[in-house]
Amino acid sequence: MDKHFLSGNEAFAYGVRLAKPNVISAYPITPQTIVVEKLSEMVENGSLESDFIHVESEHSAMSCAIGASAVGARTFTATSSQGLLYMAECLPYASGGRFPIVMMNANRSTALPWNIYGDQRDSISQLDSGWIQVYAETAQESLDLALLSYYIAEDKRVMTPVMVNLDGFTLTHTYELVDVPSKELADQFLPPFETENKLDLELPKNLGYSVGPDYNTEFKYMEHIGVRNAIAVIAQAEARFCEIFGRRYSGLIDAHLCEDAEYILITLGTIAGLCRETADTLRANGVKAGVLRLRYIRPFPNEELAAILKNAKAVGVLEKDISFGNEGTIYTNVNSALYKAGINIPSYNFIGGLGGRDITTENIEEAFHHIINGGKKVNFIGLVVDVND
Amino acid sequence: MKPELKIFVKPKHITDLPNGTYYEAGHLVSKNAGWRTKRPVIEPSKCVGCLQCYLYCPDGVIGKADGKVIIDYDFCKGCGICAKICKTRAIKMEAER
Repeated sequence: MDKHFLSGNEAFAYGVRLAKPNVISAYPITPQTIVVEKLSEMVENGSLESDFIHVESEHSAMSCAIGASAVGARTFTATSSQGLLYMAECLPYASGGRFPIVMMNANRSTALPWNIYGDQRDSISQLDSGWIQVYAETAQESLDLALLSYYIAEDKRVMTPVMVNLDGFTLTHTYELVDVPSKELADQFLPPFETENKLDLELPKNLGYSVGPDYNTEFKYMEHIGVRNAIAVIAQAEARFCEIFGRRYSGLIDAHLCEDAEYILITLGTIAGLCRETADTLRANGVKAGVLRLRYIRPFPNEELAAILKNAKAVGVLEKDISFGNEGTIYTNVNSALYKAGINIPSYNFIGGLGGRDITTENIEEAFHHIINGGKKVNFIGLVVDVND
Repeated sequence: MKPELKIFVKPKHITDLPNGTYYEAGHLVSKNAGWRTKRPVIEPSKCVGCLQCYLYCPDGVIGKADGKVIIDYDFCKGCGICAKICKTRAIKMEAER
């Protein structure tokens, strides 16, 4: 294996190159631009044989990926924020059409106020689009997820597109030493893309047709099952990945010191690292703290969460998202998992990191103390002004 | 091969349905000719089998069977282009009753 000093964006591009997509269609947007630039460079210098299509918008990028997938091509695209929202119309076309496209999304705030920095309101707003959603924490995980995602998306039991989310700037633009696997090993891991869901001169098909009220629900049921089937396929993909590359991933969730934890903070993306450090400090001071990082939020890890949270005294959800007028969407999902499993413990929501605001160790410590001592259910953390009457 | 009307078999189990919006082309299970007011009728003695009608038919409903030109009334909309294009005037438009 080769070691390279790569940013999250670059690592993802290296991963995509190993997956050898036949078609890449993308439109640049900060903070995603570098993944697209890097792939464009790879195609230009011949290290990646792929049709790179420069489109005029994100709506076209996704439409183009769908069209390419519909002739049996492995396809890649990437976007962020407003770009993701602009292609939103096409997202259910890709998932409902069962086109296993892989897309990288650089998590970024959504306007207005206009802001290019990181939060997760863009992707979380698209939870119901039918796409599998996974959140990376490191550049290494980003590279690996590029390969894993094709494996998962293209499995016959899944046939669902995957959105891989990288925190804007904190992951896309920070550098770390990354193991870049060899082409030979990557080929061993990822079989060529084969599908019956394509235009074919030998076996002509109707594609992307309408289905009225008589059978529409059944098609949506199958989509749902496809995403749920991903749970088993993710486990299978990660086992095979570990066999070939020697790196093990932990499925839908990544638990840190949760076995005997009384107070667990649930979060997703890069902030999990600082949460773990904070939990370690609290442990040293006698607090039984744990951190649970959600890797996949579609499929949502209902049973996996319940198995870990059942012995906790209280939990918190820290997220860079707010569903205005209600609460953070991850909090809603976690509460649903708790209720379905009959786990009746207090849960608290911490909304932070919006528009690129730093979430500090102090913020996380305060969140843990809030979980321990109780208080308001939904809390905006790290506010720089007084919001009390 | 021109697709023809097939009998629709109601799916009983979810596996009887395609796993997505893709299925063999030309799987036609419902007639589509309801708004036809006039139907083209071929007079076999005048037809020389030049197949101009087949080439011009916008709905692809004209074909050949046993050496004769035939029209698929399950899908013909009755536009009359075949009657207009026929050089031997072998096709007449007759009112639907």
